[in-house]
Amino acid sequence: MSLKDKLITSFFAFEDYIDADSHIHELRNIAIKSFEEKGFPTKKEEAWKYTSLNVLLKEDYCVFPKNENTIEFKDVKKYFLHEIDTYKIVFIDGIYSSFLSETTHDKVDVCLLSAALSKPKYKAVIENYFNKVAKSDSLTSLNTAFAKEGAYIVIPKHREVEKPIEIINFATGNEAALFLQPRNLIVVEENAQVQIIERHQSLTSNPVFTNVVTEIFAEKNASVDYYKIQNDNHSASLIDNTFILQGQGSNASVHTFSFGGKLTRNNLNFYQKGERINSTLKGVTIIEENQLVDHHTLVNHIAPNCESHQDYKGIFAGKSTGVFNGKIIVEKEAQKTDAFQQNNNILITDNASINSKPQLEIFADDVKCSHGCTIGQLDEEALFYLQTRGIRKKEAQALLMYAFASNVLESVKIPELKTRITKLIANKIGVNLGFNL
Amino acid sequence: MLQIKNLHAGVDNEEILKGINLEINAGEIHAIMGPNGSGKSTLASVIAGKEEFEVTQGSISFEHEDIASLAPEERAHKGIFLSFQYPIEIPGVSVTNFIKTAINEGRKAKGLDDMPAGEMLKMIREKAELLEMDRKFLSRSLNEGFSGGEKKRNEIFQLAMLEPKLAILDETDSGLDIDALRIVANGVNKIRNEKNAILVITHYQRLLDYIVPDFVHVLLDGKIVKSGTKELAYELEEKGYDWIKEEVKTV
Repeated sequence: MSLKDKLITSFFAFEDYIDADSHIHELRNIAIKSFEEKGFPTKKEEAWKYTSLNVLLKEDYCVFPKNENTIEFKDVKKYFLHEIDTYKIVFIDGIYSSFLSETTHDKVDVCLLSAALSKPKYKAVIENYFNKVAKSDSLTSLNTAFAKEGAYIVIPKHREVEKPIEIINFATGNEAALFLQPRNLIVVEENAQVQIIERHQSLTSNPVFTNVVTEIFAEKNASVDYYKIQNDNHSASLIDNTFILQGQGSNASVHTFSFGGKLTRNNLNFYQKGERINSTLKGVTIIEENQLVDHHTLVNHIAPNCESHQDYKGIFAGKSTGVFNGKIIVEKEAQKTDAFQQNNNILITDNASINSKPQLEIFADDVKCSHGCTIGQLDEEALFYLQTRGIRKKEAQALLMYAFASNVLESVKIPELKTRITKLIANKIGVNLGFNL
Repeated sequence: MLQIKNLHAGVDNEEILKGINLEINAGEIHAIMGPNGSGKSTLASVIAGKEEFEVTQGSISFEHEDIASLAPEERAHKGIFLSFQYPIEIPGVSVTNFIKTAINEGRKAKGLDDMPAGEMLKMIREKAELLEMDRKFLSRSLNEGFSGGEKKRNEIFQLAMLEPKLAILDETDSGLDIDALRIVANGVNKIRNEKNAILVITHYQRLLDYIVPDFVHVLLDGKIVKSGTKELAYELEEKGYDWIKEEVKTV
């Protein structure tokens, strides 16, 4: 049975088992129909031209993990930002781990979507926000059909969460091949602030396929900084569908650090619904071997006087493949838009490849939009410069790659995270930084 | 110290250096002057070991050792330093961290341990003062957003830190105002001693008022066509290069 058939067949059993109100049931039923019609995307679709899911769809996945698996904290400590105090929402094989988590209901809600979907006191929020910005493409629909667990974060008006929130999804592989579909809902109300770190980490060499959907609502003057750490092992694949709806005067940034994984697809969508909105999309991709990282971004400028900044850097070694497709839509009313997009890539080997495509659709006449894309090797003159200072060629190459990538880190607002990522980058490209960062 | 004999070098079958002979001894300052395109910067790059250039004939030896096949970093470890006309910007790596890396790479090549942090700091402070550099400057990303003068000062700062035997200054005076020029030249003069040597490559005589050469060589079309003392530089400043071209033709 194909994965599609298996999922559709399991849907009915799943529906019986789930505890939620009729509104959610209805959403699910619409979603599974949408998925059934569309199926998994194929390379025939323009948006999936360079990324084939075929290799992932062949596995015989367990779609509902039955057993509650446990992990010792010491074994996974390194995946947490343990240097500082954080809230933690942790899932093991899709099931909430109260042991590894640290949630709160004190002034802010940092808890579970499963609880929010079933308890009456969250009903209003769910009705107002759940599945309101997510689109009905096939993968998002598939997630919606099975949406049951994930992070539920609501920051009320004027609240600033005093510490970052980590959302971590572990896969133990005790169930052989595993298919996971976390669903996160994040609502940041007027003038509220939050910092969130999300990662998916497989602890097994068994295949793991994650199709995650995250909806983020940044209301008037709210501030959201979201960091995605994609450093999974090479048997794990991730499709990340993130939808952000921003209100007037809000700031939202998403940093995506893609170093690991077999296949990683990021569908990152920003919708600006109000004036003076600022959206920031940044990414560093460093991959090798047969890895693939695909960034599809969308920034939809709907109202006047808004900004967006995109800066994606990629370093590709081995036979790795990169894709960058950056779509910017400036609607007719969105005058005085300032949209900037930059995608720079370095190919280390002859077998590595990158497909980079800016896609600008501008319907307003008084806007500032710029985009740039470079694909190249390391600058020979820069290499020579470092060598004349006595730095060996290999080290010099690594130092230049480090400099190239680390540029994107300037806007990371959590110092400990910045250090972590910097070390990850240094490690990844083999630069021996003989100094403290 | 440096002996260049009948050096021919070029890029993609195009010969740029067409038989250079040059000998530099410890304690000497040499200047190479010449019009644009005469091969000055190529000569500097070839001595420093830029791979893009192919040496087709002749030899370069440093302290009696043939260095023509050595990588740039190996030449650096032996004591050759090249100050760039256009220094490269390296975001994310501070001036301090960069120089630490460079010094410790050099020490590693000599089988030495890293320089102790305290010693390094003291040295950095001393040399920064020599170049009248602000403390803040040292924590900025290497050359990123530096003015022309700051970039050149930073080059000489690195020179002071690395203490090479032979320093090649490629167009160090270009883009400098008179104050920056004075600071840079003062720095160079304080570094020089009887054990090291300096090769100044320049367009103009101006820099040579501050860094006074023992010998001046004129490079024309890939060859040193005339050598003399610092008076030659004044003559060039006054009369240009045409009279030398004429002289060469006549010969």
